Order: sequence, then C-alpha cells, then structure tokens
Amino acid sequence: MPRVHFSGQAARRFTAGQTELEVEANNFRRMVLELDRRFPGLGRQIEESMAVAIDGEIFQDAYLAQLNPDSEIYLIPKIGGG
Amino acid sequence: MTYMPKELQKVVGTRPIRPDGVDKVTGRANFGADMVMPGMLWGKVKRSPHAHARIMSINIDKALKLPGVKAIVTSDDFPPIASEEAFVGEGPMNFRDLSRNCLARDKVLYDGHAVVAVAATSPAIAEEACELIEVEYHVLPYVIDVEEAMKPDAPLLHDDLFTQGVDPKPNHPSNIAKVVAFAKGDIDAGFRDADVIIERRYSNAPVHQAYIEPHACVVSAAADGQCTIWSSSQGQFMVRAYCAKLLGIDISNIRAIPAEIGGGFGGKTLVYLEPVALALAKKTGRPVKMVMSREEVFRGTGPAAGAVIEVKLGAKKDGRLTAGDVVLKYQAGAFPGSPVGPGCMCAFAMYDIPNAKVTGYDVVSNRPKVAAYRAPGAPNSSYGVESCLDELADQLGIDPLSLREKNAAKDGVKAVHGPTWQNIGYTQTVEAAKNHPHLKEKLGPNQGRGIASGFWFNIGGESSAACHINEDGTAVVVSGNPDIGGSRASIAMMAAEVLGIPVERVRPIVGDTSSIGFSFLTGGSRVTFATGMAATQAAEKVVEELKRRAAMIWDISPDAVEWKDGKAYPAGPNAGSFEPLPLAEIALKSGRTGGPISAEVSINAQGAGGGWATHICDVEVDKETGQVKILRYTAIQDVGRAIHPSYVEGQIQGGVTQGVGWALNEEYIYDKDGRLENPGFLDYRVPVASDLPMIDAVIIEVPNPRHPFGAKGVGEVPIVPPMAAVANAIADAIGIRMRDLPMSPPRLRAAIDAQEPLPKAAE
Repeated sequence: MPRVHFSGQAARRFTAGQTELEVEANNFRRMVLELDRRFPGLGRQIEESMAVAIDGEIFQDAYLAQLNPDSEIYLIPKIGGG
Repeated sequence: MTYMPKELQKVVGTRPIRPDGVDKVTGRANFGADMVMPGMLWGKVKRSPHAHARIMSINIDKALKLPGVKAIVTSDDFPPIASEEAFVGEGPMNFRDLSRNCLARDKVLYDGHAVVAVAATSPAIAEEACELIEVEYHVLPYVIDVEEAMKPDAPLLHDDLFTQGVDPKPNHPSNIAKVVAFAKGDIDAGFRDADVIIERRYSNAPVHQAYIEPHACVVSAAADGQCTIWSSSQGQFMVRAYCAKLLGIDISNIRAIPAEIGGGFGGKTLVYLEPVALALAKKTGRPVKMVMSREEVFRGTGPAAGAVIEVKLGAKKDGRLTAGDVVLKYQAGAFPGSPVGPGCMCAFAMYDIPNAKVTGYDVVSNRPKVAAYRAPGAPNSSYGVESCLDELADQLGIDPLSLREKNAAKDGVKAVHGPTWQNIGYTQTVEAAKNHPHLKEKLGPNQGRGIASGFWFNIGGESSAACHINEDGTAVVVSGNPDIGGSRASIAMMAAEVLGIPVERVRPIVGDTSSIGFSFLTGGSRVTFATGMAATQAAEKVVEELKRRAAMIWDISPDAVEWKDGKAYPAGPNAGSFEPLPLAEIALKSGRTGGPISAEVSINAQGAGGGWATHICDVEVDKETGQVKILRYTAIQDVGRAIHPSYVEGQIQGGVTQGVGWALNEEYIYDKDGRLENPGFLDYRVPVASDLPMIDAVIIEVPNPRHPFGAKGVGEVPIVPPMAAVANAIADAIGIRMRDLPMSPPRLRAAIDAQEPLPKAAE
C-alpha cells in the first residue's frame, strides 16, 4: 500500500502525532479523500497549502497523479518562485 | 508529446533574434506607465511616515475642496475581508492581509504603508491633495530586526497572530507567525559520530528585487460594471483574481491586459496599485492611472526576506558529513508569509546527510511585506550552509569543491524534507567545476576564490496556449503569461519545432485574460517549461489538423499522411504519389477544407525538474577601502535543455548579478524612528555593468524527460550560490570571514581594522 509521510506541523494538527501511515488509494485524489475521511480537515489543508512528492517527483494540484502499491509520498509546503 | 531527443531538434537550441528585441531597443514597447486614456485621472497614494502607529482619524475635507480632486479612497472603500488564505500568487496569500497592505486599516505597519489614495486631474494636484489630507496617528513602539521581533516583550504587530506549528497552541499572540521543521535520521547520534563539529551564525539582509520599471497601471470602470486593467505584472490572471477578491467584483467583469514588464524577479507577483486604482475609477467613473516613484517602490513594495541562519555541521575527518542542524529566522515583513518553508527544504538539498534537522521561523516586523525574489527562501539558507561548509573545509584541510563532491546528493538519496531524489544534475555541476579552466587561474595578493552550490525546485502549473495558422502559412502562438525572461522566444521556438517551420514565421503574443485560457502567473521559472508544454501540444493539434486537411486535398486517409519539415507527405508508397504540400498551401486552402486552422490547449503541467548550480567566484579586496572587486565568475548550471541558450545564459548572468548585489552592497537602512533612509538607487547600491566581469555561464544539460524538449526552469537557482561564493572568496583572499551581509566597504573595512588595527599616531 502507498505510504504517506507528513511534516511535523500537519501531523500535530490532524493525525495526533502520526508522521507516516499507509493509505489504500491508486491516485492522489483518492488518497486525499481517504486521509480526510480518517482525519477531518486534513484534505482541505493538503489541497490549499501543500504539494506532494510522489516517488521523488513533486506535484502541485495533482488529482490524477498515479500511486503505485509501493509509492513513497511526502506532503510538503507548496512551492512558488520568483 | 513524447520527449524529442536533442539530435532531432532543429530550432530548439539555436539562438534566433528575440521577438521583442526591436520594440525594446527602439522604445516602441508599451510598459505599464506608457498607457494613456481620454479623460484619464491620476492617482497618488499618501503613505505612513511611521513604522508602527494606530490610525486615529483621517480628515479629507481640505483635499476634497482642492480644484481638480475627483475622489479619495481609504480602506473603508474596500469591503472587509475575513482571514482567508489562497495560493493565487507565488505563495500562500491571506486576502485580508493583502487588502490591508494595499490600504492600511486601523494600523500602519511600516514606513511607507499606503493609507489614502487620491484621483485628480493631474499628478501635481493629486500630490498636493495628499499633502492636504490630515491623518492623526497614535505612534506605537516598532521592531525592525528579526531576532528582536521574536522576543516575548517585542512590540506586537497583530493582536490575533498566534504561532502556528507549535505544541501546545499558544495562548498569547506573537510576531512569530509559524514554525516549520523537517528532520531526517538521528541528529544527536550524527553529532556524536562526528570527529569535527562546527557551529556558526550568519545573517543576510532583506533586499529589493530592484526591477527597473516601477509599478504602474491604468484602470477603467464602465457604468455597466465592466472593468479593464492595463498593468505591468507577472500575471494578468493574478491581477484579475486579486482585484476581484479585494473589491468584491465578479471575475467575468474584469479584463486584465498585460503590459510589457520591465523586470519583476518575483516582486510583481502581487498587487499594490491595481485595486486602489480600480476603487478610484469606480468612484469617479473615469479611467485612473497610477505610477509609483522609485521611493514608493522601496518604501511600499515587497523586498525579499532577510534572515538569520544558524548552522551546525558535524563531519568525519575525511570530510563525510554525519549531521547538520539549521535554524532559520526569516523576515516576513508586516504580514506573515516569508518563504521559510522552501528555505528549509533547500538548505541541505545538495547534500547526502544521514542525520539532519532544519527548523524555520516566519517572523513579522515593521518592514514592507516581503514578496518573492528568484528562488524565494533558498538564497538565505544556502548562504549559511554554503559558508559553514567552507569553514568546515578549512578546518578539515579539505578542498571545498572536494568536500562538496564527497557529500553530493545523487539519484536515490533521501532529501531532508523527505522525497527521494531522481534525475538530478548536481554532481554534474561539481564535475564541470572541477574541470573548468577557471580553477587553474593563478591568484595574486588579496585575491581569493570561493565555491558555492545551490538548488531550487522549479514548478509547473496551469498554463494555456493557442496556435493559429494564418492564411499565408505563418503562425501566431498566444500564451497567458507575461514574458519576463524570454518565454515568447522559447515558446515560438518550440511551436516552430513542432510545425516544422522557421521560428521567424511564428509570432508569439501574450494574451489578456479574455483572449486566452487561465494561466498561473509567470514565476518559479515555470513558463518555458509549463506554457511551453501547452504551446507544444497546441502546435501538435494543429499539425494533426494540417494532416487531415492534406488528406482531404489528396482524397486519402489522414492516417496515410505524415508531417515533416513543415510539409505533408504521403506516409508511404501505398498512400499514393503526391507532391509534398507545404503548410502555406494548406493554409491558403483552409477556407475550402473546413475553415481556419487553430488549436488551444490548457494544462496543469507536472514534472518540473529541479535546478542545480555550482559557482566559482574570484575576488580582490582593496584593504584600504574595503571595496571588493569581482575578478572572474563562473556559474555552472543544470538547465535540462537550453531552448534558447542566449536567454539561458542571460538568466544565469542576471541571477548571479543580483546575488552579488545581495552579497556586497544591498540593504535597507532605517533611522532611529524606523524610517527608511535609502529609498533610491543612489543610496541603495545595486551592481551595475562596470562592477562585474563578463559572467561565464556554463550550461549543463541533463534532460528533463517530462518535458517534450527536456527543459527545466533556469531563472531561479542562479541567485542561490553567489552570496556564499563571494563570502568564501573574501575569506580566501584576506582570511576574514564575513558572516553578516552585506559585505559593503564600511563593514569590510571595519572587519579589517578589527583584525589589523591601524598603528597609533605618534604622540
């Protein structure tokens, strides 16, 4: 199952300190829905202020990004630029 | 589109004349301040003379009586907005804060904060009216310095600001808006395992993006509610969205037209004048033009964040890093939102450190709200880490470049912020530096050499582009992004590559918000990557249509047509025997074969490859004056694929130049009352051409497989290494480590004096 890792702040606010967990989902949108079901409010937090690194590649607003059973997912702050 | 290997590219990688070049050098190009309209009024802003004060009253009676004054607006003319964060510009933006930054509500938070705006029939009358407006203030204690602002007894900017990211949730407000943290491995064990531990504190100043063109706009509001905004910005859709939100207008009622832009570098990714001009235009029913002076730009618009950077590194005797701990204290200015998150993530990005921790603080103080600046956040943290790494190399007696090579991040290494790196080009930049002839050049007395590296993510995002074929076989490519770094040229080149025609036959245009689909703003070095992908896909759709039209003319199946070098060919002997049909002939007959040929594509581009760089800088220090001369500068960067190499080199040279300015001279100087003392280019010293040698930009191409031609963003990372490269070079030249920027002549002279006191004059 894909494994999701959180930074300390998201973990503190939503997951009672859990910094990584497994989520049954085959794309990013389903992962967010599942996380929001388990930790209400986390889905909105992810969509509004976070980017996601899936197997090392960073996605922003990526509902359809595919997840593999062994995907490594990190939720990180959104990135802009100059 | 699948990736087209470099060997097959005919247009991409060449250096055609830029499409906006003639307009720019002849003065024909229209910038924000060039727009005029019949019946136009002039808007001016009255700004706070205080760093921190409560607004007790605003009396506009005298100003309104001045002949020629048509309207005055304050924050009361803006609807109150609840605290709501969104990612419209370059970072998370709180609309309430943005509204209060455009016109202060209740309190002024920095010298130069906009308070009232006037529309009048001439600039002189508007200025006189500003003088006649009486604002009564209750002056409050202020705080400018980031560490002073973090103290529990510091003057508070916002009563409702409680630190996010700490446990338990605080009961008292603070100037610390947010704490972010990233960690990897076991930091304590890492330091226990170290043979050498080095701990240092560095600081760099908030600096302005110093774009040459001040902010400017013309705004018209019709009686039926239709509004038009001409302005110089990094995103017409960003201007539209912010104005709609701040003034409660439907997006469909605003048309934002992008002017040419005279530099942005991240500083034009938010609005200052447009909503104010729109409020004045709605109130008067007449178009309103507003143009900032240079002083207003310095006092009222966002600098890049400055920071305090505390670095602790642990290493084995052979140079292998065992642990790294960084604390970052970032200046956000008057409202939360410094780029401390990216700063944290970039701090150790170049290195494979088994145990690391990065903690960042986002801190408000009585300065203008910060705005993005190339690779926002990364130059600050990298300056500290790259300087400390140099000090570590010196302590270990290891060559600084070899130390970087030994610890370089490679594919498969886990970054401190989590993800596993893939397809990264850092080691290639170090390798290229090792082999560059620059390292063999001999240095003289008081001359030194510095090395530093840097990383920036780059981004993709939402982009739209359209490709239209004209009747004569030329093409127009319309995109939704202001061209701040050569994107028109690169987009035209990519479209020409797909169409198979010379780039001179493709005219690139930047569309307004009503003529092209939504496009996220120009920033993050995303346009050549993301909008280039949209343009490529639009051109591909056009090619498919051209093949269909050729098939119709030949009366064969479209599958039996292939496209090559701008012509349709029968795909093989079975398709029939026909003379190739050039694009121009198909275009000429388009009316008879189904009408105009065009396509528009909107995408959300993913897969932007990160940018990696290693710089080599030689300096000479004049020990009598403290002046630093840059003797030679080599900037090596992985760019994926240089679509237009001259523009890529220009971006690298520009980023280096701005980084050198950050290192050597640029800073805001405040008086004892918190007023800015150097709001102009005479006293705020940016590098000019005569300050620098020709910067040697060395392009490394590790293609990005997610882009049809392999491109990665190039405009961000070149500003990341220079501060440390220059500081390391100065330390090498005279043996003095400057840990607080800028390393300006007075500061360097003082440091030299401290090390080598002048002999006392004979009694």
